[in-house]
Amino acid sequence: MQHGKYRFIVGFLALPLGLYALFVVWPFIQSIYYSFTDWTGLSPEFKMVGFDNYSRMLDDDIFWKSLQHSLLFALLLPVVTIGLALFFAFMINVGGRKRRNGPVITGVRGSGFYKIVYFFPQVLSIAIVALLFAFAYNPDSGAINSLLRGVGLDDVQPLWLGDPDLALWAVMGVLVWSTVGFFVVLFSAGMASIPAEMYEAALLDGANRVTTFFRVTLPLLWDTVQSGWVYVGILALGAESFAVVQIMTTGPGGPDYSTTVMVLYVYQKAFRDGQAAYATTIGVALLVVTLAFAAVVMRLGRRERLEY
Amino acid sequence: MKTTETPAPLPAESGAPITKTDLQPPPPAKERKEGTVLNVFSHGVLVIWAFMVVLPLLWAVMTSFKDDRSIFSSPWSLPDSLHFDNWSRAWTQANMSDYFLNTVLVVGGSLVGTLVLGSMAAYVLARFDFPGNRFIYFLFIGGMSFPIMLALVPLFYVVNNMGLLNTIHGLILVYIAYSLPFTVFFLTAFFRTLPTSIAEAAFVDGASHSRTFFQIMLPMAKPGLISVGIFNFLGQWNQYMLPTVLNTDPDKRVLTQGLVQLAVSQGYKGDWSGLFAGLVMAMLPVLAAYVIFQRQVVQGLTAGALK
Repeated sequence: MQHGKYRFIVGFLALPLGLYALFVVWPFIQSIYYSFTDWTGLSPEFKMVGFDNYSRMLDDDIFWKSLQHSLLFALLLPVVTIGLALFFAFMINVGGRKRRNGPVITGVRGSGFYKIVYFFPQVLSIAIVALLFAFAYNPDSGAINSLLRGVGLDDVQPLWLGDPDLALWAVMGVLVWSTVGFFVVLFSAGMASIPAEMYEAALLDGANRVTTFFRVTLPLLWDTVQSGWVYVGILALGAESFAVVQIMTTGPGGPDYSTTVMVLYVYQKAFRDGQAAYATTIGVALLVVTLAFAAVVMRLGRRERLEY
Repeated sequence: MKTTETPAPLPAESGAPITKTDLQPPPPAKERKEGTVLNVFSHGVLVIWAFMVVLPLLWAVMTSFKDDRSIFSSPWSLPDSLHFDNWSRAWTQANMSDYFLNTVLVVGGSLVGTLVLGSMAAYVLARFDFPGNRFIYFLFIGGMSFPIMLALVPLFYVVNNMGLLNTIHGLILVYIAYSLPFTVFFLTAFFRTLPTSIAEAAFVDGASHSRTFFQIMLPMAKPGLISVGIFNFLGQWNQYMLPTVLNTDPDKRVLTQGLVQLAVSQGYKGDWSGLFAGLVMAMLPVLAAYVIFQRQVVQGLTAGALK
């Protein structure tokens, strides 16, 4: 298969690679370069300023706040989302009571239904989900507070997104709501490929479901859990948290910057405040945090690969 | 991907074959009790989560049929009558029809572009040995882990300088570029699994490389293209960050953008019912498509992550 091979390769790669280089790779390289300039983004002129932007960033209280919130997102969101998803997936696939003469390992009744319903939020745009919950959180006419009133909790009427102490958690809850279903389905797929004999053996040895989960399911699923962990973390640091915070919280960025996250801060500095160079500096910090996060998870999660 | 397709339990008749499980000793009473408590608890949690997923959606659908007054006075009551005018108002006056059209154009164009360009690149990377192959491959998949936001600021100016800001085709090109990392990653793995003998036979028979690709390999790659196509469709349909930055012309807005803008402006006008109608209008097609093509959607979305 040599005839015309290189012409063919170049012909097929030129367009995709060109687009990718122009719109993805080149802007990435540029942004690191811009972080050493005083470019406003409004005029084409700029000059090199060395590490000025970086030292300014270290003195910027709002930057530290946004970093703190982003780290909270990146650490807490995977724990809650993956924890819940593992529990649900285990119940759906393994947690069922044995029916007589049925297979030893089954899910609870209605597991197919749960899997379909739980996945709903995943197909919706995060922007639409954010809008929906912005209305639901409305303190006066929103669904949540009126539900609380409906069950007699008239005194419990939080301001949700308007309360600086609550807003971040309210936003995070929405991300959990929208992400859990995907992992339930993902882990279900992983659990389905675990051979039933493993469970049978564990049951014969007298293991209960908690032991079975920690000794059989989790170790065999570890690779999937780990890549899921990195995936949620990157989402939490990036596009998803941008959409929820920008759309849901007032300001945007919440009362007293209580919900500002790094991606939102990059956006505001670049497109609202006309400080493009400083924005790319925060972007570089975001890149460092993302890569560090992925490296740490990969490192901590390293185990011997189990074959089955 | 196989999900838990456990065979239906056999009827508990005396004639049923004795399986290994029948020979197990009955569990001790304590364990059975623990099992029951755990069962009730876990079932309860599953039901509660199902409600938590469905209730907000039902609430939105219900609200989209109510008039503004009852939205505020009694958020959870059923609508007194079905106000279909909310829907027609949102569709025509609030420009939902335009947003829909823009989204269909952008996603249609970029989906086709992503699949064609992505499979071309993936095919070459998977099947041909040439200097720089690994480098290009890692250049592509490296894009999966970088935060898009970092590139957005310079990207805005790249797009602006090319005169593509606020255009549908500009948005299409950018969507394609940002969809390529996962698409190339997924399809490269897929093309490697396809048998080479047929392609080689075609080539020996005198078909050119491109003809072999388009007439033999691409049809064989259909399952992979469907999976990655669904993944990209949902991602591009739901995209919010890229259009927010690159597309500020009110006439060119896509659905997600349009709705968010609508929420900001309608908040002052006070047309909440129309807004909810627009929200539900944007939600229902994807939800309906998901319920119909449930298996393919789940396969498409989980196939990549399981690798």
